[in-house]
Amino acid sequence: MRVTEVLPNEMAKVTLDGVSKIISTALIDDVAVGDYIVLHVGYALAKIDPEEAERTLEMLASAGVA
Amino acid sequence: MKYVDEYRDGKIARTLAAAIAAEVSPSLEYHFMEFCGGHTHAISRYGLEDLLPPNVHMIHGPGCPVCVLPIGRIDTAITLSRRPEVTLCTYGDLMRVPGSKGSSLMKAKAEGADIRMVYSTLDAVRIAEAEPHREVVFFAIGFETTTPPTALAIRFAREKGLGNFTIFCNHVLTPAAVQNILDSPDVKLLGTVKIDGFVGPAHVSTVIGAKPFRVFAKEFKKPVVVAGFEPLDVMQAILMLVRQVNQGRHEVENQYIRAVTELGNAKAQALVAEMFEVVVSFEWRGLGDVPDSALRLRAAYESFDAEKRFGLVSHPAKDNPACECGAILRGVKRPRDCKLFGAVCTPDNPMGSCMVSSEGACAAHWTYGRFREKNARVEAAA
Repeated sequence: MRVTEVLPNEMAKVTLDGVSKIISTALIDDVAVGDYIVLHVGYALAKIDPEEAERTLEMLASAGVA
Repeated sequence: MKYVDEYRDGKIARTLAAAIAAEVSPSLEYHFMEFCGGHTHAISRYGLEDLLPPNVHMIHGPGCPVCVLPIGRIDTAITLSRRPEVTLCTYGDLMRVPGSKGSSLMKAKAEGADIRMVYSTLDAVRIAEAEPHREVVFFAIGFETTTPPTALAIRFAREKGLGNFTIFCNHVLTPAAVQNILDSPDVKLLGTVKIDGFVGPAHVSTVIGAKPFRVFAKEFKKPVVVAGFEPLDVMQAILMLVRQVNQGRHEVENQYIRAVTELGNAKAQALVAEMFEVVVSFEWRGLGDVPDSALRLRAAYESFDAEKRFGLVSHPAKDNPACECGAILRGVKRPRDCKLFGAVCTPDNPMGSCMVSSEGACAAHWTYGRFREKNARVEAAA
């Protein structure tokens, strides 16, 4: 879920694969357009950390061979 | 879909599966419980069990909020919904949960009760605002992920001065249930399963952090790997669990590091702590009475408590005696062990709660798993 618009009253518009939704961002701080979030029952619970996401993908690509 | 599709790559899943197969010891049996219904659903939907070696067993845990809500609480909600002044707002998947004597919210609605499905607690607040002559009650259920949204709804209702908004609180706590599975008097009665490690919840951990699971690693010597909900997340978590078992380690590891921190969402936690307190004991379907496992509103917020406003009393009610949801929620039995499964109990006509939610072990097995067994039988016969 990517934030496409930050709205008043701690709300935001998010999109996933062309589907948009207005959700609440009252549970997280510093929301900006372009952030990826974890969405649950209409609320953003957390932001996805792009660096950690990248690191996980690298680990997966090496099939966990640490 | 960024951060979704990459974690569903079949080729990588097979490479991870090969790594798991190469690392498991042939002389050991590995039993891992995925606590959370989201993982149960992912494992069934993506057929992950087919990718695992035969000595790695996934046990489905009780982390499905709809499944663990006891019948007595459903009955109370149905009774409440029949009051002429009440509008009951509920998440959709509660509608079909069977109550006593074949009742459900769906049937109560058909009989004329004002029950409305909502996607978000904000919808319930909007209804209370738009219809000030109605007593709007939100049927609040779920684990640590849905409690902060309930708390925010109460805050919004208070800010808007809505005197007609209350909640029927059934929020429960994940760590208490994990503890109960490992160590409770009921374990002696229902038996227990061997568990060598846990796949820790994804969304719940974004709120509470990875830290609360440390006690299970330390005191119960069980490895825990917090994992995301995508299939590659689960496969990687299983590999990490296999490694911990092989190396004799029992630690909390975080596979879902892109969203879960050690301490979780402090803002959400503070909000919940301000409004809610832990109750001494709460009944879970399948687990029985679990100490310190649920929340209620604090005295300062009791004007938002539907149980206080309407003088609600919940009476314990029995499941269908043939229903194995209890043992299935503990991981002691599997859906196919239940006589009702697929015969009289299907998602269209659920007898037990595990068949209701898509996160329930029986519903997941009905939708995906049973075809897998059928294929295996065909292959064996060929």
